Amino acid sequence: MLWYIGRRLLQVIPVFFGATLLVYGMVFLRPGDPVAALGGDRGLPPVVEAQIREQFHLNEPFIMQYLYFLKGIFTLDLGPDFTGQPVMDTVVNAFPVTFQLSIMALAIETVFGIGFGLVAGMRKGKFFDSTVLVWSLLLIAVPTFVMGFVMQIVLGVQLDWLPVTAGRNPDFESLLMPAMVLAGVSMAYILRLTRTSVAETLTADHVRTARAKGLSGGQVTTRHVLRNSLIPVVTFIGADLGNLMAGSIVTEGIFNINGVGGTLFESIVRGENVTVVAITTILVVVYIAANLIVDLLYAVLDPRIRYA
Amino acid sequence: MPENRYEKGPRPGQDRYVAPPEKVKVGAIDAIAEDEAPSSLWGDAWREMRSRPLFWVALTIITAALFVSFFPGLVATQEPRNCDLGESLLPPGPDHFFGTTKDGCDIYSRVIFGARASVTVGVLATAFVVILGGAIGAVAGYVGGWVDTILSRLTDIFFALPFVLAAIVILSLLPDRNSFAVALVLASFGWTSIARITRGSVLSVKNNEFVTAAKALGMGKIGILLKHALPNAAAPIIVYATVALGTFVVAEATLTFLGIGLPPGVVSWGGDLSNGQQSIRQAPEVLIYPGAALALTVLGFIMMGDVVRDALDPKARKR
Repeated sequence: MLWYIGRRLLQVIPVFFGATLLVYGMVFLRPGDPVAALGGDRGLPPVVEAQIREQFHLNEPFIMQYLYFLKGIFTLDLGPDFTGQPVMDTVVNAFPVTFQLSIMALAIETVFGIGFGLVAGMRKGKFFDSTVLVWSLLLIAVPTFVMGFVMQIVLGVQLDWLPVTAGRNPDFESLLMPAMVLAGVSMAYILRLTRTSVAETLTADHVRTARAKGLSGGQVTTRHVLRNSLIPVVTFIGADLGNLMAGSIVTEGIFNINGVGGTLFESIVRGENVTVVAITTILVVVYIAANLIVDLLYAVLDPRIRYA
Repeated sequence: MPENRYEKGPRPGQDRYVAPPEKVKVGAIDAIAEDEAPSSLWGDAWREMRSRPLFWVALTIITAALFVSFFPGLVATQEPRNCDLGESLLPPGPDHFFGTTKDGCDIYSRVIFGARASVTVGVLATAFVVILGGAIGAVAGYVGGWVDTILSRLTDIFFALPFVLAAIVILSLLPDRNSFAVALVLASFGWTSIARITRGSVLSVKNNEFVTAAKALGMGKIGILLKHALPNAAAPIIVYATVALGTFVVAEATLTFLGIGLPPGVVSWGGDLSNGQQSIRQAPEVLIYPGAALALTVLGFIMMGDVVRDALDPKARKR
């Protein structure tokens, strides 16, 4: 087991460096000069400009800047951004609300996705199954931002059940609608995965044996069908945490939430390269970590899988 | 029948059992072979698909979307940019089927003309993804060794990058954005799944006997790859590509909505949704029609992918 974790961690290293280098390169290549933009129309005095360039290592070659960035990441001190605000503060302030939003979305999509998927899979081809399938296709087809508007109009404005936007320091209630919107597409995928998987497991020999030895329907479902069907679903959910956090760019924009998405978008527009790369790096790390946890969960779900 | 009940082995003078001609209706066998087309994967799939209503619904939607994007002028009632500020936010009526926008543009005509942008980006991006991902996956799977290691790690890296985020960064690099550029950017981060699918298929075919036979007959590496390995990957790639087309259409609309996809001058659903956002309270239909058109188009492609997958998968066929 430890050996397996160690090997997986080793595999993570090239992905981590590759992804950060790629993002750093992309941001570095952006046209426009953030330092020149600081001065506005009149421009900065040459001495000040030179000093700022010196401070941010902007005169040095690309690879040196990347190494400075890596040093910053590993020492958890990325220095100030162009406005003097420490980058680390910006990043740390942005994450809690997005994390809360993503976890809420993850909970919604897991509970409803697996729930509906299980029932649909057990009744494959019946009316409930077909209805749920059509709904899941609709959920996938309607883009997140359109779904956001529809829910704002219906739940927020017309029915007045939930707050239309979240704003600063949102509470659970005001994050509920954004979380539902964020969860939508993934929920449809989880539902479909669970449905297919359950329908397939139902025909397996061990399920027939379980029935034959006299287990009740509920026991067969929870112990034998569901547990065996969940592996592809868990894989998807693990990979989805990272997607949800990145996908919040759109959702946070619609609901006016001050999280990773908003900060990231603002930093891209303002040319705060270090902030952009720092946030992306954290997203990539979350993604990699979630996938690692999922791989380890396989052994829990399926006794046939053992990591020697 | 009873007289040769025990006759199992070869008869004298023969090294294997041959049924006596009078017992086998040779003509009947020939007739079967002539009447029924050989049962191929695609033939079976086609027969399966034809019988499903969802296939025809999806086909209708896709055909309509393609037709409208090629010949918008035949369906629209007026020019999409022919707007009259005096007619701002009119309700739906005989002159304007879906009403007008805040700027007094005819929503119906804009929805019709907006199809082209979405369909173009979707089709181009899918084509790029199939070419790029297919090539990388095929090379990784077929060549193997260190080439495979490098290409697979590269795939992991691109897979780990958040798709929307990467697209935003790259698109903000480009001063001059058009459908081609947006499609290229979407494709440059969306190829990983196709690469994995192709690599898997190529690997599973590589050591088959018919590949060995082709090698023995002197077929070149590229020939084997094109003639034997890639056709095996075609079915999963087509299924994935159909669904991906839908998701690329969504991605383009999302990026245009965020203001970094297609430029404001292009008539597109994403752009119209972005403009309509201001009128969400007074006139929700400004958002509803382009949103519905977008969702319907995506639905068509996703449904088609679904039907094709079910048809190609023999396990899913027996319900």
